[in-house]
Amino acid sequence: MQRNLVDRVYSAVVGTITGFGMLLLLAPTLVVLVISFTGGITLKFPPPSWSLRWYVELLQSQEIMEPALTSLKIAAAATILSAVLGGAAALGLARSKLKIARALDALFMSPMVLPAMAFGLSLLLVFNLLGIRLSAATLVLGHTVICVPFVIRMVGASVQQLNPVLITCSLSLGASRWYTFRRITLPLIRRGIVASCFVAFLTSFDNVPVSLFLADARTEVLPIKLWAILEGSLDVRVAAVSGVIVLVTLAGLVCAELFGGVSRQIGNR
Amino acid sequence: MSRADTTASRQLLPVVPLAALFFAAFVLPLAALVLVSLFRDPQFTGLSLVQYVRFLSDPFSLKVLSDTLWLGAEVAFATLILAYPLALVYVASGQFMRTLITFLIMLPLLTSTVVRTFAWIVILGRDGIVNSAMLSLGFWQAPTRLLYTWEGMVLALTQIQLPLMALPVINSLLRLDGNLTRAAEGLGASRARIFITIILPLTLPGAIAGWLLVFAAGATAFITQTLVGGGRIILMPSYIYQQAVGVQDWPFAAALSLIFTLAVTGIVLAIGALSRRFMRGVDAA
Repeated sequence: MQRNLVDRVYSAVVGTITGFGMLLLLAPTLVVLVISFTGGITLKFPPPSWSLRWYVELLQSQEIMEPALTSLKIAAAATILSAVLGGAAALGLARSKLKIARALDALFMSPMVLPAMAFGLSLLLVFNLLGIRLSAATLVLGHTVICVPFVIRMVGASVQQLNPVLITCSLSLGASRWYTFRRITLPLIRRGIVASCFVAFLTSFDNVPVSLFLADARTEVLPIKLWAILEGSLDVRVAAVSGVIVLVTLAGLVCAELFGGVSRQIGNR
Repeated sequence: MSRADTTASRQLLPVVPLAALFFAAFVLPLAALVLVSLFRDPQFTGLSLVQYVRFLSDPFSLKVLSDTLWLGAEVAFATLILAYPLALVYVASGQFMRTLITFLIMLPLLTSTVVRTFAWIVILGRDGIVNSAMLSLGFWQAPTRLLYTWEGMVLALTQIQLPLMALPVINSLLRLDGNLTRAAEGLGASRARIFITIILPLTLPGAIAGWLLVFAAGATAFITQTLVGGGRIILMPSYIYQQAVGVQDWPFAAALSLIFTLAVTGIVLAIGALSRRFMRGVDAA
């Protein structure tokens, strides 16, 4: 009887906290979507009326659309660069038992533990000391470094699951290395590559600490612009941008899921 | 060099481009950071340890560092309290509930940090959800300031970092041998007792892994700290930014960055090593 009571209290506590946790996870995204359709001119919640005015305003704001476009370009470049270089490195490292391979693996993962502000500042310092002018290229370089750990982990995990016998078979049956790579290796690690590209793109698109130090006057990226707007005034246009980002990300997730089961890959990270 | 050695090294050939990139854009910058932190003044006139002495003898700087580390720890404990029930429900549920929880956990992970932080501005603001709910329910007489407070910042960071805790905790709960809890149940232990004596100790490695991730992420979350915490709460990331960009004192900013990096990674490595030492035999997460 007493055990029953204890069990019931326990279940109630677990259930309540879980409910709160799930609400907490969902609420902010929902709030952003709802407030972006407000007809009012403040962030008053619930919105006094509904309209698409902030989305219209957004399309007409050159000062937000331009950084958005810049961010997309930078993210695309950083994704491609980190996927190609990181993917190649992951393939090389996965099978190697050399000590230096383990050391390099640790090096490639370390941007993840280094506070991003410190890394951003260090890049600014080195470019200054070497007399290299800040540009979109230096920004892409910085973003690539912080995207690489995801590629190394996710592509590396796919390579680990790959049965090496398949490659030996292909080679011994007379296929060239390139043909084997194209027809055997690449299709089998596709999931890892798609998932890591997805995460790398989001990481770059979302990055503030590195861009904060490296963005020159001509390459303004979206998160920095939004941060500056929010620090100054609470502009409702940010809600519309946020709404677009949330919807595009969800659409991207669905696409990536269809191509390569991204959620499983991220869950296994 | 033997033939086996040559093939082993040849395998590393595809690693070379990335290694070169990391040398130029990661190792070299960090070396520059160390070098710059050793200059006596922003004019780079001479080398000395004066920046470090300046930090260690300045109560304000030390307070900023301890506040920042404390923030990380607070957020990590808050996510821990939320993550366990979530993980327990996940493990005990069917396919539908599991998919729903996975989706909810992925959602904040995939929405941009600025967007998530912006959501908290809307929730905690003067005309925000919490204030209008409390006012219309009659609990509060006047709007209460929630934005730009320490508590508001902890709450926002807790939500933003919860996925980093929930994923490792769920993973170690999934790996827990179900026979252990079933045996305890058969022997008459209450569910709370099973949780405390069996589930918690055996999933601790996952919890510690999550704790360390959230701690580091919370302490370094520049955007959320500056936008939800506001300008009056100064923490290490904004302190570094202010010294580097505002005051243009690069040597001091570099020293701040290094001290902050060492403090965060030092704590992460120390707790990681301690937990491995005391939990030998427990399935490492």
